[in-house]
Amino acid sequence: MRRRSFLIGSAAIAGGLAVGYRAWSQSFERNAVDLVTGEGEHLLAGWIRIGTDDTVTVLIPHVDMGQGIYTALAMMAAEELDADWSTVRAERAPGEKAFANRFLARGWVTQGFDVPRFADRITDMVFTEAARFVNLQITGGSTAVRFTGQAGMRVVAAAARQMLVEAAARRWGVPPRQLTVRDGVVTDPSSGQTARFGTLAEEAARLSVPSNPRLKKRSEWRLVGASPLRFDIPAKTDGTFGYGIDLQLPDMLHAAVRSAPVHGGRLLGVDTESAKALPGVERVIPLERAVAVVAASWWQASRALDLLDPEFSADGITISTQADLERAQDEALESGEGETVVTLGDASEAIRSADASRRFEATYRVPYLHHAAMEPINATMQFADGVLTFWGGEQDALGTKARLVERSGLAASKVVVHGLPAGGSFGRRIAPSADYLDHLVPIARAMAPRPVKLILSREEEFTHGAYRPALATQMTAALDADGMPTAWMQRYLNGPTRNEAFHIPYSIPNQEIVSIDFATHVQTGTWRSVAHTQHAFWTESFVDELAHASGRDPLDYRRMLLPEGSRARRVLEIAAERAGWGEALPPGSGRGIALAESYGTWVAEVVEVSLGEDSMPRIHRVVAAVDCGGLVHPDTALQQVEGGIIMGLSAALREKITLEDGAVAQTNFPDYPVLRLPETPKIEVHFLDSDGPWGGLGEPGVPPAAPALANALFAATGRRIRRLPIIDALSGEGGRA
Amino acid sequence: MQIDFQINGDNISIEADPAKPLLWILREDLGLTGTKYGCGVAACGACTVHLDGEATRCCVLPVEAVAGRAVTTIEGLAAKGEPHRVQQAWIDARVPQCGYCQSGMIMAAASLLAKTSNPTDAEIDAAITNICRCGTYPRVRAAIRALSEAV
Repeated sequence: MRRRSFLIGSAAIAGGLAVGYRAWSQSFERNAVDLVTGEGEHLLAGWIRIGTDDTVTVLIPHVDMGQGIYTALAMMAAEELDADWSTVRAERAPGEKAFANRFLARGWVTQGFDVPRFADRITDMVFTEAARFVNLQITGGSTAVRFTGQAGMRVVAAAARQMLVEAAARRWGVPPRQLTVRDGVVTDPSSGQTARFGTLAEEAARLSVPSNPRLKKRSEWRLVGASPLRFDIPAKTDGTFGYGIDLQLPDMLHAAVRSAPVHGGRLLGVDTESAKALPGVERVIPLERAVAVVAASWWQASRALDLLDPEFSADGITISTQADLERAQDEALESGEGETVVTLGDASEAIRSADASRRFEATYRVPYLHHAAMEPINATMQFADGVLTFWGGEQDALGTKARLVERSGLAASKVVVHGLPAGGSFGRRIAPSADYLDHLVPIARAMAPRPVKLILSREEEFTHGAYRPALATQMTAALDADGMPTAWMQRYLNGPTRNEAFHIPYSIPNQEIVSIDFATHVQTGTWRSVAHTQHAFWTESFVDELAHASGRDPLDYRRMLLPEGSRARRVLEIAAERAGWGEALPPGSGRGIALAESYGTWVAEVVEVSLGEDSMPRIHRVVAAVDCGGLVHPDTALQQVEGGIIMGLSAALREKITLEDGAVAQTNFPDYPVLRLPETPKIEVHFLDSDGPWGGLGEPGVPPAAPALANALFAATGRRIRRLPIIDALSGEGGRA
Repeated sequence: MQIDFQINGDNISIEADPAKPLLWILREDLGLTGTKYGCGVAACGACTVHLDGEATRCCVLPVEAVAGRAVTTIEGLAAKGEPHRVQQAWIDARVPQCGYCQSGMIMAAASLLAKTSNPTDAEIDAAITNICRCGTYPRVRAAIRALSEAV
């Protein structure tokens, strides 16, 4: 909230800041040109580079971790530019303040509801300043297309197009409005003269950037809405796509670390002799919270590390076991000081006055979850000539830079961050939870000037994650004589990540929702769709309980609580219709439905499930309906929703991180079974034609999956799932509730 | 120890610790980084290569075990610069997201299809047990199906 008031406050006085800002900003602009252009290349509108060979390169202030956004954002730029798609490329923007993502700042503040243009430079200036101020170059919150694309790449490309047209008009001495642009060529229809972008770029780059370029109407789009082959796909089928873990530098060393099993613990001592004797080992380095081995190869480092028997403290341990965790959760739910985040009418009075037979209560729990991206965490660092250079697949290049500045004690100008693609991340590799960077700084400093690549073994990566927090909620509702809810009271635990997703989409006249902060010593972070993961499960399961308690069909019940024609109701109805809701299923099978909005996108999912002979769930089919506003690359959009559903089902079914003696018990995939191909159901996704504001797509497929599956199991078996993962709830493991 | 084996059609002889897993020989000694480290316990399949044509998880395979045998990695799957038909099917079905697991997926699928030109769903289930955290499974199945139908 402080950030928002900072921005609005600055906007009010921005006129007075403009002059000083301009000089400051011009230095960044010069810096940007130096950073990304070479011989025969020109930077237009800050983000688009055009070469004399006609190649158009769109600079992307995001990390590619599989979402396909390099292609989608380049398409949005190419559309407004009227570029020839075969000449368009995408490249990671440098991790420098010159490429801070002002479009994200703007998107977050306005939530994408304003017209995507920069009508006045003052607003733009404020967002630019804010983005640099808060080191904004993050990939998260499903923002790339809806904020960076809509408010950023389209606008800068439209500006660049206007500059190219202006350059041609000046060259030919004709008014710009009579010129046309198609496939990277500017044409004067009156004379038949043509000029390719590559021949105009140098002159265009000298022109000032128009502040209010005309954007195309949706009806004029030719590329956006098509699904050209993603840039990255061919190299991801032949082994040539380079991830951070594949980086090779001259003279590079390799490091492996083992950190304190209890998060926050310190290294008390370690006998380093056994490891030093192994071939290839260069150094054993005791660190504050870990011990590291540096060797000529990672396999040697890792093998030597296995010989060590370090002693760690368990400083700051708050809970030792799962039973401790639940006790702490119950205590916080019962008596924790909370913040009321929603008040509507008088929920406690409505519940007090309701007949006991019409009052319903339930406690729900969710476990810690691990990201388990397929590329194990790794990072490469070099101290040389007073400069720290970093290479890695972090989701926020500027946040990473800030953490490295703080940890190294170097000036920001002496820290260089090179962003590399990541083999998945799902919210893991973000500076606030990037504890591994703290290990690498002293390791690389000790080995200077040689570069060092640190790879976390899968075991280290599992036990030192930044987990979706383990949380719980208590919900109470009262129903009227028709079975419709009159009151909803909820107390929920909120983890250290963003407090979001607590609003319920349904019209219930009396609501009181209280958030209680809850943290343990276990490191937590942002897990794909963040707080929506638990809230969607809680809200949509409890609404389902109320529907069944009232004897109504769960779809009808929800529809009755949603305004006719609303985005929420439309996705619900379309998912149900396409899934054949109400049609007969084989005995022992059931359908469940759930609805959730996250990051501006509405998603409803219907799951069909039965129990196998082993009494474990078999998921047969998932049908989703999605309203995300518009689509840039429909096939990539589909991939994101398919993947989100699978990750959501996987987590709901079996995933959990648990504690033993305060340390994480799961060390690798065999004890953290994620969904695999044989168990993956048929998935159908329907995108709605929508003129609503654009929402994100990387995360919104996830939240409805768990409650839709749990609701389907209730329909199939009569068993209500109030704790995840589902296999624990079914087997009675993991305690009560 | 001196170990002789064939890699992507070439006979090579390397000096290596016999206990070093083939995965790390490929990645660190031979510069073939298309084969990925995923779990180190043969659970995820990111390190799948072909050993005498058979899909094999090489993160737990000591290099001495491949002496005298033929190893094919993702880099060696394509012949004469043309994508292997499984790679082309992956492009056509637009399978990869982050792509990290896909070398292993493709090697597992190529091995399956070499033995069984028209696999049933049950045969696909049995052969493709690799982990993909992005959730590309429906497209992996679709790509294999498309190749089966092409037979």
